[in-house]
Amino acid sequence: MSIELIGRHEKDSRACRDAVAGNLEKLMDSDPTVCYIDCDLAGCINTKKLIAKYPDRAFEAGIAEANAAGIAAGLAATGKKVFMHSFGTFASRRCYDQIYMSAAYAGLSVRVLGSDAGVTAAYNGGTHMPLEDAAMYMSIPGATVLDPADFDQLAALTNALAEREGVSYTRFIRKGVIRVYGEGSEFEIGKGVVLHESDKDVCAVIASGLMLDEALKAWEALAAEGIAVRVIDMFTWKPLDEDLVEKAARETGAIVTAENHNVTCGLGSAVANCLARKCPTPQEFVGVQDRFGQVGPQDFLMDEYGLRAANIVAAVKKVLGRK
Amino acid sequence: MKALNERDLKILAAEIRLETLKVIHSLGFGHVGGSMDLADLMAVLYGAVMRYDPKNPRWEDRDWLVLSKGHSGPVAYATFGLMGFYPMEEAYTLNKPHTRFPSHTDRQLTPGVDLTTGSLGQGVSSAMGAAVGNKIDGRDNHVFVVVGDGEADEGQVWEALHFASAKKLDNVVVFIDNNGYQLDGPTSAILDHGDLAGKAAAFGLYTQQVDGHDVAAIYHAIENACAHKGAPSCIVLNTCKGKGATFAESSHAHSSQPTEEQWQEALAASEKALEAVKKEAM
Ligand SMILES: Cc1ncc(C[n+]2csc(CCOP(=O)(O)OP(=O)(O)O)c2C)c(N)n1
Repeated sequence: MSIELIGRHEKDSRACRDAVAGNLEKLMDSDPTVCYIDCDLAGCINTKKLIAKYPDRAFEAGIAEANAAGIAAGLAATGKKVFMHSFGTFASRRCYDQIYMSAAYAGLSVRVLGSDAGVTAAYNGGTHMPLEDAAMYMSIPGATVLDPADFDQLAALTNALAEREGVSYTRFIRKGVIRVYGEGSEFEIGKGVVLHESDKDVCAVIASGLMLDEALKAWEALAAEGIAVRVIDMFTWKPLDEDLVEKAARETGAIVTAENHNVTCGLGSAVANCLARKCPTPQEFVGVQDRFGQVGPQDFLMDEYGLRAANIVAAVKKVLGRK
Repeated sequence: MKALNERDLKILAAEIRLETLKVIHSLGFGHVGGSMDLADLMAVLYGAVMRYDPKNPRWEDRDWLVLSKGHSGPVAYATFGLMGFYPMEEAYTLNKPHTRFPSHTDRQLTPGVDLTTGSLGQGVSSAMGAAVGNKIDGRDNHVFVVVGDGEADEGQVWEALHFASAKKLDNVVVFIDNNGYQLDGPTSAILDHGDLAGKAAAFGLYTQQVDGHDVAAIYHAIENACAHKGAPSCIVLNTCKGKGATFAESSHAHSSQPTEEQWQEALAASEKALEAVKKEAM
C-alpha cells in the first residue's frame, strides 16, 4: 500500500463515476468472466458503453433491483465475476434479501455498487438518500463494505474488487469530489490509511468518503489551535482494521468518527464495537444523527446534518473534555 | 364526476403544463419528461373526475391520487397549486432547502399528496392498501394510481395488480403512463414489456388503452372504469414523454437542464399553446 496525499481541498475535474466505468471496462476487456448488470441507471454512471461493447455480459435488468440481485447470484454460480449497480438506496433496501440469501448465504460473490452515497443524493431527496445502506451490508456475515473518498481511491478499489470473494458493497459519489489522493495511490481492502500522525496526538479522527476531506480540514484548524490529532482514512468499514483502531485509541486516548451515514449503525458504531471489546475509549460521533434524508443542495445538507470540519473540531474538543 | 367540458379541460391541461414548467424552471433542472406527459390526465382527474377539498386535503371522503412514479411531483404541484391547495408561487421552491415541494411526492410535506413515493413500484402497493381501507370504512370513493411503463419492470407492480384483482378492488383505477421511455432510454430496449395492456388484462384488470393526450378519451375511459364493478381497472395511456416542453418533447429526456434561453423559449411556447386553446371555439 503506497499513497500520495494531495489534500489541498481542491475539487477534481474528473467525475468519480468514470473511475468505476473506466476500470470496469478495462476489467471486462481483460477478463471474459466479468459481468455487469444495471437497473436502468447506467446513464447515471456512464456504463452504457459497457452494455454497448459487451451486450452478452453487460446488460440492463430494468428497474427491478431484487430480480437483478438474484440474477447476479445465479451468474456467480457459473463462475462469473459479477458487478451490479443501482443508486445506493435501491442497491441495498430493494434487493437486500436477494443479496443476503441468494448470494451471501449461498456462498456466491456479488459486487454491489451503490451510487449517490448519503447526502450526495442531494436533489433526488430523502427517498433517494442512502444513510443506512452500509449498515445493511455490514450486518451480512463476511461482507465487504467500502466508502471511498475520491476518484483515484475508487479506481484502485474497483480493480481490487474483481478479485475479492464474497458479497461486497461499495457506496460512492457520482460527481467530481475534493481530491485527496494522487494518481496511482494503492490501497488494501481492510487496511486503514493514516494520513496524519505525531507522538503528540491527543485524539484520532477516523473518517472516510465525503468526510475525509472535512477531517483533513479539521486537522488543520485544530493544529492552528495547537491541538494535534491523528487522521485515519477508514475506507473499509467491514472488515474493520481493528488493529489500527486499537492502536489509535491506546496512543491518543480519544476517538472521533465522521461518516456520511446514520451514526447509529455505520462506521462510528463499528469502531465503538471494536473499542468496547479491545480498549474502551471516549468517542464522539459525527454523522447523520438518526434522521431521514431530505431534498436540497449538497452544501445545505452538509450543514443541516452537521457534516462539516467545524463539527469534527467541536467533537474533538468535546471528547477531549471526557478523557 | 362532472359532465365533460372538453374545452375547459384542454385549457386546464395547458395551464398545468405551463405551471409544471414554471415549477421546474424555479430550480432550473429536473424531471420534465415524465411530469409534462401527465398534464392531460391531471386535468381530467382534477377538473372533472375527482372529489377533493383544497381547504381540507385529508377529507376522508376524497378520492385519492397516488403518483407511484414519484418523480412526476412537479405536475402534481402545478395541479394542486392551480386548484387552490396552496398559493401557486409556493411551489416555485422546488428542491430548495426546507421546501414543501421535493422532487418526489411526499405525503408529509405537500397538501394534496396522499402517499409518499420515490422508490418505484411501492406506490402501487400502498394505493391498494388505501383502497382496502376505504372499503372497510364503507366509502364510495376511488383510488387513482399512476405507474410508469419503466416502473412496471418492478415485480412489486404486478404483485399489487395480482392482489387488487384477487381482492376485487373495484375502487381502484391504475393508469400506466405508456410513454415508451425510462431513464436509460426506450423501454423496448431496456426490458421489453411486450403488450402491457394485455398483461394487465391477464392479471384480471378491466383494461382500456387510450391516447393519453386526448382529454375526452381519458374522461370516457375513467367513466367506464368507475362504472365497472367487481374488478380493478387499468387504463394504459399512450403518451409522449416531455409533451409540451420544447426542449424535451423530441428527445424524451428523463431529466433536463436546459439553458435559460431554452427555458424562455419553452415557457413562451407553453403560454402560446394556452392562448391557442383558449381561443379554440368548441
Ligand atoms: C426502485 C427504484 N429504482 C430506480 C429508481 C431511479 N429512477 C427514477 S425514475 C426512473 C425511470 C422511470 O421510468 P418510467 O417509470 O417509465 O417513468 P417516466 O418515463 O414516465 O418518467 C428510474 C430508473 C427509482 N426511483 N426507484
